[in-house]
Amino acid sequence: MKTSASTPWFFLAPNVIVILLFTFVPIAINLHYAFTGGVNLYPTQRPGVGFENFSTLLECGSYFDPASCRKDVFWQSIWNTAKYAIFQVTLMVLFALITAVVLNRKIIGRGFWRGVFFYPVLLSPVVVALIWKWILQRDGLLNAAMVAMDAHPVLWLAEPGWAFFWVTFVSIWAHMGFYTLILLAGLQAIPADLYEAAQLDKASPWRSLTRITLPLLMPNLLVVVVLAMIKAVQIFDEVFVLTGGGPGSATTFVVQFIYQTGFVEPVRLYGIAAAGSLMLALALVALTLLQLKLSNAEKAGERAK
Amino acid sequence: MKALNFLTRTRNGRSMDWTDWLSYAYLVIGLFLMFGPVLWLVMSSFKTEAALNEFPPAFLPYGQKSVAVPGEEKMKPVYRVKMPDGTTKELAELRRIGLTSTLIDPARPDDFVRVNVKDREPVREFKLATENYTDLGGQIKFGTYLWNSVFITVIATILTLLFNSMAAFALSKYKFSGRSAVFLLILGTLMVPPAIVLVPNFLVVSELGLLNSLWGVIWPAIATPTGVFLLRQYMLTIPDELLEAARMDHASEWQIYYRIILPLAAPALAVLAIFSVMWRWNDFLWPLIVLSKNEKFTLQLALNAFQGDLVTQWNYLLAMTVITLLPITIVFAFLQKYITQGIASAGVK
Amino acid sequence: MKNLTVRTSSLAASIAAALVSFSALSVQATDLRVQCYSDGNECEVTGDIAKRFEAANPGTKIIIDKVPYKAVVETLPVQLAAGEGPDIARVTDLGGLNKYYLDLTPYLSAARQKAWQDNFATTLPWFRSGPTDKGIYGMMSQLTVTGMYVNKTLFDQAKIPLPGPTTTWDDWMATAKKVADATKTPFAGAMDRTGHRFAPLAVAYGAKIFDAKGTPVIDDGYKLAAKKFVDWNKNGLMPKEVWGGLGGSAYRDAFEEFANGRIVLYYSGSWQINRMDKNVTKSFDWAVVPAPCGPAGCTAMPGGAAYVGLKRTKAPAEVAKFLDFLSMDANYTEMMSRTENIPANLAVAKAGVTYNVSPLAKAALNSFVADVPKILKPNFDLQGYKLNRAVFQPTAARLGQAVAGEMSVDDALKRLASDVDEQVKAAAK
Repeated sequence: MKTSASTPWFFLAPNVIVILLFTFVPIAINLHYAFTGGVNLYPTQRPGVGFENFSTLLECGSYFDPASCRKDVFWQSIWNTAKYAIFQVTLMVLFALITAVVLNRKIIGRGFWRGVFFYPVLLSPVVVALIWKWILQRDGLLNAAMVAMDAHPVLWLAEPGWAFFWVTFVSIWAHMGFYTLILLAGLQAIPADLYEAAQLDKASPWRSLTRITLPLLMPNLLVVVVLAMIKAVQIFDEVFVLTGGGPGSATTFVVQFIYQTGFVEPVRLYGIAAAGSLMLALALVALTLLQLKLSNAEKAGERAK
Repeated sequence: MKALNFLTRTRNGRSMDWTDWLSYAYLVIGLFLMFGPVLWLVMSSFKTEAALNEFPPAFLPYGQKSVAVPGEEKMKPVYRVKMPDGTTKELAELRRIGLTSTLIDPARPDDFVRVNVKDREPVREFKLATENYTDLGGQIKFGTYLWNSVFITVIATILTLLFNSMAAFALSKYKFSGRSAVFLLILGTLMVPPAIVLVPNFLVVSELGLLNSLWGVIWPAIATPTGVFLLRQYMLTIPDELLEAARMDHASEWQIYYRIILPLAAPALAVLAIFSVMWRWNDFLWPLIVLSKNEKFTLQLALNAFQGDLVTQWNYLLAMTVITLLPITIVFAFLQKYITQGIASAGVK
Repeated sequence: MKNLTVRTSSLAASIAAALVSFSALSVQATDLRVQCYSDGNECEVTGDIAKRFEAANPGTKIIIDKVPYKAVVETLPVQLAAGEGPDIARVTDLGGLNKYYLDLTPYLSAARQKAWQDNFATTLPWFRSGPTDKGIYGMMSQLTVTGMYVNKTLFDQAKIPLPGPTTTWDDWMATAKKVADATKTPFAGAMDRTGHRFAPLAVAYGAKIFDAKGTPVIDDGYKLAAKKFVDWNKNGLMPKEVWGGLGGSAYRDAFEEFANGRIVLYYSGSWQINRMDKNVTKSFDWAVVPAPCGPAGCTAMPGGAAYVGLKRTKAPAEVAKFLDFLSMDANYTEMMSRTENIPANLAVAKAGVTYNVSPLAKAALNSFVADVPKILKPNFDLQGYKLNRAVFQPTAARLGQAVAGEMSVDDALKRLASDVDEQVKAAAK
């Protein structure tokens, strides 16, 4: 077998066929669902309705006021997701960065500590939710500690503000380890002599962080932010088990809305669910392109300096 | 003094400065936050159903002490009783009717006392509710589920490594038209959360006749975008000269992939292997819709079968959860070195 | 590295071979797959009875697939719509899945047909698509009735007598509030978070649930009850976190609140008896009181789970035979006795079932049984309505939002009405 035009395709074929079959065919079916109505499962039995599913979702007095929308929960979930993505990604990347910097230091038992911070990544979303439910519910561990300290128990998962906080906290807890490792990899790729040189120059730790570490870590940081953003917008399983989207709709996110519309409600509206998922996909693509563009512009700016 | 010196020294011999102290403080808080909750789960799994409902919850599994009473079939619960004469005694409760409790001393089974239920308190002792675990064997076909879970995890991981590395090889070592399009197409699947293509994917798998087959869980899961991305980035760092030299020696392209690229990409493959094992082992929603026959069930499905409509058997559910955590924790403990080193060397460049 | 690869591939080959022989062994005779979810020991008891069936019918094998409840409500309907699924399933959405049911009538002898029609006269309509449908589709394996549990010890401590059998919801809450205040109990009462538990309250306060055409409506009675209920939560009579603590239509019971003595009254149902007996009896005295009342009467909500035959089966005669076997008085009595459930089989109910439970639990069961004849028509019809979940789920979701303080009761009721309407219209398309 000599290198020919078909060689790369030979190597690509298995992976690409699986993707076409189990990702792109379902996406095509979803597209078809988005433009058809009724409750039938088989695409051929569904009557076309044009853009009706989209207009149902988009029917709104003001997009900033979910209560004025026909599908109020959908718009509430969009705003929740936006708020969540901003907070969660910012905090998680920050803590992942701090953790990576600490783990990159010359500490005793480095392998052990890395394992500690990575361990929650191994847990399934259902288990993550279960663990924290057991801690945060009214009769949970945290309230027992509050009572022991003579404080009043707090309804951690029933007060909208706290519920949102804990959902964010738990997702950071569960996923931070993965991003920490990517950043750690970047840190280790930074040549040690740069730091030694900085030490000779009597540069403060803060200065070597901002002048050496962060700039050289940029490519990894970018990957981390893009990946974390994509995952944050897709948040679903662990929150669904932990709060069910509550209290009220305070932690209902877009994927949960889609899942419930297409899978939980007694009359399953596949069309509405598919239209919602299409809008979600568009938003994700736009968001990713925007981030890549911003980082390119930044790079170009750096070079211009 | 010497010991303190030793402890406060960092590895390059300097003594600890404030940044070191801060680092260790951060790590210890991290240990508490990351492992504490898991430990709590393990503790809870050893509690009886009644103890699980209690508030405030005890950290260690406590249960009410019980003793055998002559002439009674079942063990009887022990209470600390305030006797009418003001003394307290530990007695076993025979029965309780309304607000009156009938108790006896197991050593003197002929005398019994009747007291108001307010005057007795349960005697508690440290008791592991191991029956949460031992009962499982009788209730579920544990071996079958374990086998199914292992089968899915192992086969899917092998196929993931094979398919993803082949694709990554093509994307990193060949120049051909359509390369970036294919790469984008693969990465684009990151944008599709599994929960929203559940129903269409079910239709595809059902048309292919893969329902109630472990392969119905395996095939849709193996073409991971993360894997292709990770391996491609790593393979980009393998020098092209190695490949050219092999081609001079008349090695076929397959041999180049198999003999040169794969061994060199071992660290990245190890990382992907760990991720794949973790993903497949933890899968729940997709197996739930594909597999509905008990002999095809995975551990995750069996575990959730303790959730009923109106009642959830928490004690069994927690015990089963801990059991499913064990294998992955062990795998992780052994491969931990590779994951931290592997990702470090795989890097994302 | 190379060695390792060789070994793993031969391992894969032997795994595959083992799998083939495994599956070849298991196809023979007629297998009936029974999909079963469990709140306790229902699947095990069914399995035991199935063993006797297999002994009497060599050639038929009953395989019980115990699944999470999520599989029954979420994935089973999709599987059935795609022509897949088991032969028999234990379901709770009795009317909603009607189009997939197997009519057992042609497979039953005339005598057995009559026995089914007589013994299950009250519940057979729940499975049917409408009044013209006369099919026999399924057998209630668990008949439940909603009802109110009280913490009698708290009443005793407060020295307040238990109110009588025709006490209204309002009076119950007022009395319980007094008890709670006297005993420093945080809350008067709580109700499981589901529209199913809310329905008796609504009907007691005059909700008709359906209009003249049989379409569900959120009428004045429903609204009145909703306002009362939200007020109870807002005024601190009920713990807000039960209904306000979750989102969407997620289910949550208030058993823990009751077991820990944090509420005086607990509105739940007959399925809790077993748990009460196991976990609560040793801490305090509990009892089930007669169905609470309202201006329209005293009522409760029936419910439960049933075994149904599914049309897609390749062995309809065997499916009918097995369900018939389960429904026979002796077997049915055993099932009720061991699962501690209320019989839906009227002959069995009349003969009585012996339960091996404590005196408290026995009294509770009797109280539930006594409530059954009181159930008002709208509650009965709602249970038999094929889209009843399209009423229950938005009720939990929207009233939950009102309790959480996200919207006013009036807005919640408007949204509730339009949610129900949307689902009903979509189903009619």
